[in-house]
Amino acid sequence: MNHAATTHDTLACDLLVIGAGPAGLAAATRAAGLGLDTVLIDEQPAPGGQIYRAVTTTPVQDRDILGADYWHGLGLVEPFRRSGARHVAGAMVWAVNRTEDGGFEVAYTTSADGLAGLLHCRHVILATGAQERPFPVPGWTLPGVITAGAAQILLKTSGVVPEGTTVLAGGGPLLYLLAWQYLNAGVKIHSILETTPPGQWRQALPHAWGFLRSPYLGKGLKLLRAVRAAVPIVSGVTALEAVGGERGHLTEVRYEAGGERRSIAVDQLLLHQGVVPNTNLSRAIGAEHVWSQRQDCWEPQVDGWGATSVAQVTIAGDGAGIAGAMAAEHRGRVAAVHAAKALGRIDAAARDREAAPHRAALALATRGREFFEALYRAPAQFRRPVGDTIVCRCEEATAEQVRQAARMGCQGPNQMKAFLRCGMGPCQGRFCGLTVGELIADEQGRHPRDVGYYRLRFPIKPVTLGEIASLPQTDHSRSAVVRFKK
Amino acid sequence: MFRRLEAAGTGAAPGRTVRISVDGGAIECREGDSVAAALLAAGMPACRDTAVSGTPRGPFCMMGVCYDCLVGIDGRANQQACMTRVREGMAVVRQTGAREVSA
Amino acid sequence: MAAAHHPEFDVAIVGGGLVGSSLAYGLRDGAESIAVLDEGDVALRASRGNFGLVWLQSKGFGMGAYSRWTLGSTRLWPRLAARLLDETGIDVALEQKGGLTPLMGDYEIEARLAWVNKLMAQPGVEPYEWKLLDHHQAASLVPGLGPDVTGAIWTPHDGIVNPLKLLRAFHTAFERSGVRYLPHHGVTRITQAGGVFSLETPKGTIRARKIVLASGLRNGELGEQVGLHLPMAPQRGQIIVLERTRPLHATPMVTLRQNDEGSWLVGDSQEDAGYADHVTTLPVLATLADRAVRTLPALKEVRAVRAWSALRVRAQDGFPVYEQSASHPGAFIVTCHSGVTLAATHALTLAPMIAAGALAPELDTFSTRRFHVQKT
Repeated sequence: MNHAATTHDTLACDLLVIGAGPAGLAAATRAAGLGLDTVLIDEQPAPGGQIYRAVTTTPVQDRDILGADYWHGLGLVEPFRRSGARHVAGAMVWAVNRTEDGGFEVAYTTSADGLAGLLHCRHVILATGAQERPFPVPGWTLPGVITAGAAQILLKTSGVVPEGTTVLAGGGPLLYLLAWQYLNAGVKIHSILETTPPGQWRQALPHAWGFLRSPYLGKGLKLLRAVRAAVPIVSGVTALEAVGGERGHLTEVRYEAGGERRSIAVDQLLLHQGVVPNTNLSRAIGAEHVWSQRQDCWEPQVDGWGATSVAQVTIAGDGAGIAGAMAAEHRGRVAAVHAAKALGRIDAAARDREAAPHRAALALATRGREFFEALYRAPAQFRRPVGDTIVCRCEEATAEQVRQAARMGCQGPNQMKAFLRCGMGPCQGRFCGLTVGELIADEQGRHPRDVGYYRLRFPIKPVTLGEIASLPQTDHSRSAVVRFKK
Repeated sequence: MFRRLEAAGTGAAPGRTVRISVDGGAIECREGDSVAAALLAAGMPACRDTAVSGTPRGPFCMMGVCYDCLVGIDGRANQQACMTRVREGMAVVRQTGAREVSA
Repeated sequence: MAAAHHPEFDVAIVGGGLVGSSLAYGLRDGAESIAVLDEGDVALRASRGNFGLVWLQSKGFGMGAYSRWTLGSTRLWPRLAARLLDETGIDVALEQKGGLTPLMGDYEIEARLAWVNKLMAQPGVEPYEWKLLDHHQAASLVPGLGPDVTGAIWTPHDGIVNPLKLLRAFHTAFERSGVRYLPHHGVTRITQAGGVFSLETPKGTIRARKIVLASGLRNGELGEQVGLHLPMAPQRGQIIVLERTRPLHATPMVTLRQNDEGSWLVGDSQEDAGYADHVTTLPVLATLADRAVRTLPALKEVRAVRAWSALRVRAQDGFPVYEQSASHPGAFIVTCHSGVTLAATHALTLAPMIAAGALAPELDTFSTRRFHVQKT
């Protein structure tokens, strides 16, 4: 460790884009093209986000394995590299602080040097994307259980695939996309346990018109046909449990379907129940959030430009509400044009003109989304667990503990934190926040939107005390903390 | 258990080999692997025992949001294995319970 | 929304934080029926933003009686903790083995020493043991104490509890003993007729023969409605929470302590920021972290998992307020920012006085009359 270094390189720019997935790459590229001094900051060493994770570095070079939709990501990276926008890779933003001149001071961490990085900017586009919806079933914390998204990241980044008996369980398009990629790579899947109720397509039917005209239809059906032909699919799974052996690792999956209980001896269980916006940063920044009835999750309140309730903070991509990768890149471009207007670079007429093609493309890309949302809506029993199923993975609070505290009168997730410590661990509620809200709602006969969510503050991810200590102090901060006066 | 796609037939690029140690034992991984990927590929799905109940956990999300893959790396406790890339000679240790503070 | 029907309560306590909860807990022996009226999940909650100190040193500069009152509470704390454990099975992790105020450099030592001597010399202060320790003496109580800490003030009376377990223990006791906890009952208007108070809330009117205002920063406006004029001055405090570590067995310090479950609290700032409790600011976090790292350098590599800010409940002069309204007999007001330290005396001394209908003369010092001396 370098104990001597105590100074910070402070970056400065017009626009900071956080996240290098499709929305962030497209936003940064477009913004730089409009003449904005732009920095793109991202946690990963290479651009792509999760959907195009490692697209420039993946060892999986046979393009037929990951599929054309994955390699589309290269078409976002190349223009970004030529755009003039600066890329700060491997950096995690943990605070976005408003400064007195109306701009932002942004703290980020790069690696093991123990010093915080600082950046000043005038506008922020959050493109922090999505994470998988918490899928709290008994045993979901056992080693051997990972998310389908995690399994796909292993494949993309390292060409690592499961061996032995592998079961996929849950619902949503990613589950089938992963199965298809595994088939392409010659990986054997024991079965898919589908938790989407068989009759749910009827709820989706009113939205079918949009879907029939959507670009997903042809691709999606082809993919589904291929998976169905090769992998046994158990439909209508109503209960799911991962069971551990002597060492506390996964050995068995138990499930119930059609009223019958069955068990499979397994090596891996890959879970997926759709994705939800990653709202930790947007919440800590102070943006208003609303409950999405169709997707059973919180999303930031944004207008057609992606603008939030906080001045000069815009959100693009799935972080502003799930709409998929193609929509994300168009939303990124729309947000970039909006930022150029918000920063006075272009006027309103130029903004509308510049944004028109992106908005048209966005409309096309989002066609059919309602169908997907209705079709893959996560069933209530997998959002509202019971008994000793762990809800908060960090603090190991169980569903029954949360329910019992709710019956005692606990009004919301923040009071629940005080009672059970749920949401107080390092993941900061990312894997329990939605569940805790749903359980309180369930016990008290309330709507999740009225129950609310955790209040979040910086740092939005854990950061060492030494790194916080390396930030600049002021006379005001010292006099607020050190109070020994003669 | 996990395995690596082999270059033959699937087009997996070979990649440079990097050697790290896990609890003192050497494992081979590929340049560009995260520590979590290297552990899973080496047949180690668990990397720590929790601070609350002491039960085993391993990588879960692989994207830096669940904090279940915490390990000790080169003497620093509670590092996210999924967000740290392997380096030649890196020393990884499993964690049991809460981290130590060396006073 | 239809209001649930409630009977007329003996006592209604306005506020479900630590102050209201400890009073409700203590009132159970002297009241037939008790309601605790609380707001919703997001309110100005000091109880979730506190440090969990049971702390004597530094209390009472400017009002000797406050020091004596605090000392009394620290003596009652073991009884409260034992009762809660017995009744609810929740161990609130009380530890009273002494506490430290770390000092860095001669200026801080001289300033603090002069301040403590002045505090102890005030009328009304009951003398207690305290010492100025040098670095080596302090380091024997805090393994790994940083060299920048050149001295520390120590008393054997200071200690800590787990404040979250304390709140949970109170609520568990309520559930088991019939105290009605009513969330979403933020009180908007108080009237009194025929010896009965009516408390208007968004969920209907609650009636009670006695009321206790323990609603933190809202006590100012609610006090007005029962003839108690209480100038409030909120003060923002920011705190950093560190991840769990193995126990270090360090004597708690006023700005740095480990919780029983392994996490650490790093405090704290005192800022005049109006009612803005939602902001954490980077420079203040930096100063907090810097002092903590200098105090215990081993924490440098330990991660902050959260930071938060909360508003301290403070009357204008910073001291507690206890009073029964003269114009509205049966209405009591309780305001303080040391809801943890004073929980024991609130539950075991103050609550019985309220149940009996009169505060003891020793509490006269704490009435709102001290704010209005000039006006009359």
